[in-house]
Amino acid sequence: MLRIECPWCGVRNEDEFSYGGDATVERPADDASQDDWYHYAYTRDNPAGPHREYWHHVNGCRAWIVVERDTVTHEVFSTAPASPNLPAGNREG
Amino acid sequence: MAQQFRTSSGGHIDRGRVISFTFDGKSYQGYEGDTLASALLANGVHLVGRSFKYHRPRGIQTAGSEEPNAIVELRSGPRKEPNTRATTIELFDGLVANSQNRWPSLDFDVMAINNLFSPLLSAGFYYKTFMWPASFWTNVYEHVIRRAAGLGTAATEPDPDHYEQCHEHCDVLVVGAGPAGLSAALAAARTDARVIIVDEHPTLGGSLNRDNYTIDGKHGSEWAAETAAELAAMDNVHVFSRTTVFGYYDHNVIGAVEKVSDHLPVPPAGHPRQRMWLFYPQRVILATGATERPLVFGNNDKPGIMLASAARSYVNAYGVKPGKRVIVATNNNDAYRTAIDLHRAGIFVTAVVDSRAHPDAPLADELKKLSIRLLTGSAVGAAEGGKRVKYAQIVTTQGDTLDPVRIDCDLIACSGGWNPNVHLHSQSGAKPVYDDSILSFVPGESRQAEVSAGAANGSFALQDCLDQGNAAGAEGANMAGFEGKEVKAAKAEDEGVYALEALWIAPTPYNKSYKQFIDQQNDVKASDVELASQEGYDSVELLKRYTTQGMATDQGKTSNVNALAILACQRGEPIPQVGITTFRPPYVPVAMGVFAGHTVGNDFMPVRRTAIHDWNEKQGAVFIEAGLWLRARYFPQYPGDTLYNCYVRETEATRNNVALVDVTTLGKIDIQGPDAPEFLNRLYINNWLKLPVGKARYGIMLREDGMVYDDGTTSRLGENHFFMTTTTANAAGVLAHMEQYHQTEWPDLDVVFCSVTEQWTGIAVAGPNSRKLLEKVIDIDVSNEAFPFMAVGECKLNNITARLFRISFSGELAYEVNVPADYGEQAWLDLLEAGKEMGVGVYGTEALGTMRIEKGHVAGSELDGRTTARDIGLEGMANRAKHFIGKHCSERPALLGDGRLQVVGLKSLVPGRNLRIGAHLVDPDKRLGSVSQSQGHISATTYSPQLDCGIALGLLMDGASRHGEQLDAVFPLDDEKLRVEVCHPVFIDPEGELVRA
Ligand SMILES: [Zn+2]
Repeated sequence: MLRIECPWCGVRNEDEFSYGGDATVERPADDASQDDWYHYAYTRDNPAGPHREYWHHVNGCRAWIVVERDTVTHEVFSTAPASPNLPAGNREG
Repeated sequence: MAQQFRTSSGGHIDRGRVISFTFDGKSYQGYEGDTLASALLANGVHLVGRSFKYHRPRGIQTAGSEEPNAIVELRSGPRKEPNTRATTIELFDGLVANSQNRWPSLDFDVMAINNLFSPLLSAGFYYKTFMWPASFWTNVYEHVIRRAAGLGTAATEPDPDHYEQCHEHCDVLVVGAGPAGLSAALAAARTDARVIIVDEHPTLGGSLNRDNYTIDGKHGSEWAAETAAELAAMDNVHVFSRTTVFGYYDHNVIGAVEKVSDHLPVPPAGHPRQRMWLFYPQRVILATGATERPLVFGNNDKPGIMLASAARSYVNAYGVKPGKRVIVATNNNDAYRTAIDLHRAGIFVTAVVDSRAHPDAPLADELKKLSIRLLTGSAVGAAEGGKRVKYAQIVTTQGDTLDPVRIDCDLIACSGGWNPNVHLHSQSGAKPVYDDSILSFVPGESRQAEVSAGAANGSFALQDCLDQGNAAGAEGANMAGFEGKEVKAAKAEDEGVYALEALWIAPTPYNKSYKQFIDQQNDVKASDVELASQEGYDSVELLKRYTTQGMATDQGKTSNVNALAILACQRGEPIPQVGITTFRPPYVPVAMGVFAGHTVGNDFMPVRRTAIHDWNEKQGAVFIEAGLWLRARYFPQYPGDTLYNCYVRETEATRNNVALVDVTTLGKIDIQGPDAPEFLNRLYINNWLKLPVGKARYGIMLREDGMVYDDGTTSRLGENHFFMTTTTANAAGVLAHMEQYHQTEWPDLDVVFCSVTEQWTGIAVAGPNSRKLLEKVIDIDVSNEAFPFMAVGECKLNNITARLFRISFSGELAYEVNVPADYGEQAWLDLLEAGKEMGVGVYGTEALGTMRIEKGHVAGSELDGRTTARDIGLEGMANRAKHFIGKHCSERPALLGDGRLQVVGLKSLVPGRNLRIGAHLVDPDKRLGSVSQSQGHISATTYSPQLDCGIALGLLMDGASRHGEQLDAVFPLDDEKLRVEVCHPVFIDPEGELVRA
């Protein structure tokens, strides 16, 4: 059971979230090559160690967040909102 | 005589409360506070089971949850529970238990002949014996294995009890309530930290209830009881007894099972049988104690051979004499306590057999004072006897093996030393390390917020347990942010040193070969480890799988270290080099029911019902599950009315007149903001910028890989206000998909949206008379001129605020009315009332499906995640001048070339025969069963009342250009082959004149 800190809701159980894939992959521009788009859609690294992932607080506030997590030890180093427009969250306020 | 093996006094049992129970059909009596094992021993019953492979008679080896042998079937009927440990079952009135793995009876077991064929069943026998030929698997091996592996049988009726799941947070969690755990909980609780202490026994105290030591001048069990009471009285402490921590998970999440009612005949009303706890502590203190390991000698599995600590436990905690004439065999000081305690209870200890040449002097003196014979430098080489040990052959451990000395006995209490219970520490991700001073593994470096204290930490002296617990408790609370005054731990009497010397395998008398068991539950012998090692399976993980050592329900709690040590001896390497296996949850077997909790049967998933559900139910509708929704599938009109009759009737009512269908379950998403059109433009393949206000449009979404994801109609309600519908199945997924793109890729778009599926009831009014019906209840002009195909508008349905959409899934002139869900049923009734005089009908999902196939609308069975817009014939909708999700990958050459499966219509050419979903489409001349390449498959079928024949949609290779061809639809499972004609997928009104009428 992972415990993930949602920037808005605080530390919550893994089962409130759904995994959303690799957050290190950048979506190509519209005029990028077919090859870029192919790699974007199909190829992923499978690192053992620190990794950046998207998680969706789907049974919570519905925020997409970026989680820095070690895929071996499952240690979570940081969590942040995926959207730069959304504030980093203020659980006290 | 009843309970003739009771001591005259003592034990934590209530001699005033006699409890009756049966074992293998025979009635016995015990006392409240007994376990099934202690009560059986009180009645002189030692033979309680047969072993797994060799069907050897087995007795009770331990007094705890590590028990490998005394595994019984508990209760009967629906509450029957196989493979429960007699040593952990609390006795209750009317308890029924049966031995397992014997036939026809425990006393006479025909499978015991396996004992004679044992060479066939040695290490790796699964791999060596059950090899070939293949037919032997079904005809021979399967029966042999099923019969031979006949541990208990499961109940066949549903479990009548229920199980709960709970969550609890705390600052400090203490696992185990022996001296270290109690001391730790007390120290932590005094700082005001929130403390949880968990113990698997009904009474806290652990080893203090088994041993005769004093703490603060009191008997240890008295100190434990007082401390437990003190803890229970504190508001910041939650004490869980009868609760076993079975798992240490990531991020310091701890799983435990509380046996709420297992000690009672049936759970009290309103109480669960068991409760699953998930604990979320800041800090964990593992005070899980230690497990004694047996000695490995010939026939060491006979009933009447048990751990020295277990014998002590039965005498001291349960007032039971486990034997009349006892040998204590040991390689350490601790077992001397067993000899002394048994002697004091009036049991004749015929000898203490110590493998060490120079035992501890004070203890030797004490034995002398009690006139107990001490044999040093000696070991039990083999035990003899039938269903109970009769005598032991004592051999010397030093120098040459001389002739053995025979000593008669009915109990051998043995100790090979103690293993700290490092299971939870290992589960937490840490690696235990070998400690040569105790010849066992102790906790290594912590990986999570945990620390071990006391015996679990390899410190067996009582004062060390109290001190370490006290320190760990205070430190744990401190790390969780609580300060407290330093308080000294309780003071224990000095019980001397532990001191042990290795004795991994005893020499055998005359060097004869004996079965020397390591893992008694899986019948793994020392010779199996040697054989595995010789055959090259000499890594610890391979050894485990090859011999099955440690893989039974006890997970090798008493056998792992012995197996490892013997493997190390074989390899001629020190133990730490051989390694240790990783422990995995659960620490003890956990019933599946408690993992399921309340989510069983109808409560497995929530049920979603539309506002019209009750009406549907009153009409006798037959429902079908659509995701979590229940939808009306068809409406039988008289007893015996069939699915076929109903959907034909409902379809005809729609096509010839007018009928209503509940379409509430479609996903609905309200989208607002200045960038809403641009957002839709990127989500859908078609163009949304120029959609006028008051108009709807059918749209298709792709995934990034270019495959169709979802489809639906989206309407523009205002300049910056859209209303999207999705398929029922993808409603939740599409919303998450939109949130992902909005938050991760396009945060610059000024748009907001949320699901309104539950807020609106959707009703489709379909059929040539639908306009006539609506004119009676809708307050706006619904004529074709004022409200053409794809028009959208706000209106009133009688006095209910509504939205009207001129869209059609059936292919008929049709409208969809949306009203706030609270008015859903009223709107439905109003529409029925208005249509009464024209004979309005209703239809379910079956007729809906028939009409969508007739109209050639694709749905989930065609949008199977492998079809592109081109494959379903809708590429024309795509606007490739703009950017949209999946645009680039949908242009990959292979997706544009020949050979793609494309949507087609199919007509059955066999009169009266309908087609079958899943049938493969093959060249017509191929014989059924002959090798022929499938060219596609049928995805959806129905009988079409309109065409009066079986029709289908299918996915056919290059199908768009093959209309008119004849193929065979084959379904080999049923030996079925039907001739079909390929056609355009739109069977009726291909020009769409009806919907625009
Ligand atoms: Zn959240």
